Amino acid sequence: MSEIALVNSPNVGLDKTQKGGPYVNELSTLNLGPTHPATHGIFQNILTMDGETIVDAEQTVGYIHRAFEKIAERRPFYQITTLTDRMNYCSAPINNMGWHMTVEKLLGIEVPKRAQYMRVIMMELARLTDHIVCNSILAVDTGALTGFLYVYQWREFIYEIYEEMCGARLTTNMGRFGGMERDFTPVAIEKIKKLLKELPAALKEFEGLVMRNRIFMDRTQNVGGISAERALNYGFTGPNLRAAGVDYDVRSLNPYSSYEDFEFDVPVGTKGDTYDRFLVREEEMWQSLRIIQQAMDNLPEGPYHADAPHYYLPDKQDVYHNMEALIYHFKIVMGEIDAPVGEVYHSVEGGNGELGFHLVSDGGRTPYRLKFRRPGFIYYQAFPEMIKGTTLSDAIVTMSSMNVIAGELDT
Amino acid sequence: MNDQIIEALQAQFGEDGVYGIGESHGILQVTTEVENIVPMIHFLYAHPVFKFQFLTDLAGIHFPEAKGQELGVIYHLHSLENNVRLWIKAYAPIEAPNFPTITGLFATANWMEREAFDFYGIIFEGHPNLTRILNMDEMDYHPMRKEYPLEDATRHDKIDELFGR
Repeated sequence: MSEIALVNSPNVGLDKTQKGGPYVNELSTLNLGPTHPATHGIFQNILTMDGETIVDAEQTVGYIHRAFEKIAERRPFYQITTLTDRMNYCSAPINNMGWHMTVEKLLGIEVPKRAQYMRVIMMELARLTDHIVCNSILAVDTGALTGFLYVYQWREFIYEIYEEMCGARLTTNMGRFGGMERDFTPVAIEKIKKLLKELPAALKEFEGLVMRNRIFMDRTQNVGGISAERALNYGFTGPNLRAAGVDYDVRSLNPYSSYEDFEFDVPVGTKGDTYDRFLVREEEMWQSLRIIQQAMDNLPEGPYHADAPHYYLPDKQDVYHNMEALIYHFKIVMGEIDAPVGEVYHSVEGGNGELGFHLVSDGGRTPYRLKFRRPGFIYYQAFPEMIKGTTLSDAIVTMSSMNVIAGELDT
Repeated sequence: MNDQIIEALQAQFGEDGVYGIGESHGILQVTTEVENIVPMIHFLYAHPVFKFQFLTDLAGIHFPEAKGQELGVIYHLHSLENNVRLWIKAYAPIEAPNFPTITGLFATANWMEREAFDFYGIIFEGHPNLTRILNMDEMDYHPMRKEYPLEDATRHDKIDELFGR
């Protein structure tokens, strides 16, 4: 690599060792990662640098590959939920519910309206946490720590709502096939209302600090841009694609879980650069709040899960006092229920793009083949193209704004 | 829309070139020969109406019982303009799992094909850099093939028969 570059260089033939001599154009190799505090996950990039400018980048991924697709072929469906929330751990409930909806599609389970609305609320809360993390960390990477602390406490607060709904914080395993595991508790409702009331102020404060900040704009505008054509060719989805100007959002194009009932805008950018990605995520947070507000206002009464005894775990009290419930409990827990034959693809709008589940079932108790369409895996391969010709510090903010999650990328 | 796609594909590639036509939960699927993959995907990409210009996913799959057609690839195309999804499937024998690459048409196919190579050993001819992606380079098998057991073969406490599997 360096030899070719030297031949093309106008300075070729100059003696490098000559003391105080003219500058020699030499390429150097820089190892960014695998464990680097600025890459937010285990990614390795071998950069070829010309001074401070990046000439080429070579990526290595797979450092935390855990063979989820292979493991899934031996697990009953309900045990796969715990694999999905270890993929994009910044928005785990979206993964859980995307998987539940995939299986419901295969089984033909009709989910009650209340459960669908509850799912929408939880998924939008997850989107909020994902975007809060991504945007505030982007600000940190450009040197602004204060804004991060303002919004991060609200991410913490959303995790408390998760705890209220499923008992866990990060790897949630939330919901069940057919609906939710439990109804909203009064505490959960109170907390969601508090969030809707008080998060806007924190968001505004954060935006006031960062959005029109000259330093932040200089660091992010025209950095790591990608055109709409290239983004589509690279399979971009989610905020990264919308920042490039394509209004593809799974929630509006293929509505699932009653998203068609809600009114929300799909923000798009123009340049597809880091600043646009930041702005699209900011606006999506406001839209998420709007959706949660609508869902809370119109939350239907009724059951919070479908009547699907073969797949939905019965109440623990019933298991002790009711023979049928005991049988179903045993069969579900032991994974002894056969799924119908079929092939299903279901996708949801994850925190960072179209999260798809391609499930092939041969009528057994486990999937025959389960392919996760992980948005991060697909668009991260565009990273070298996006950072070529920029500087190392630009590469850091570009990567930060792409919202690549190592757990999802490596499955 | 699905009928129009089938009609156009059969007019272009003949009745023999497009088979296994079906619809699964709203997604159209067709099966074709390996040599038809690139012309077919290009035809759908450049078609003035269909415009399948987004490659959503590419998945390898292994059917050990289907002799001569053990390894398959599922191309998941999405026409964003018409909001129509399409699966194109093709199969090849496990002794010579050679598929043409579609990286010339979709930059995103690069890593997807590397993943299918990594896990199923499917060879994508013409791929710019067909190396393992998620597994380590030293690995000498393709782990998603059905013959590779998931758990340690020396374990005796999890025999399938005991659990009726």
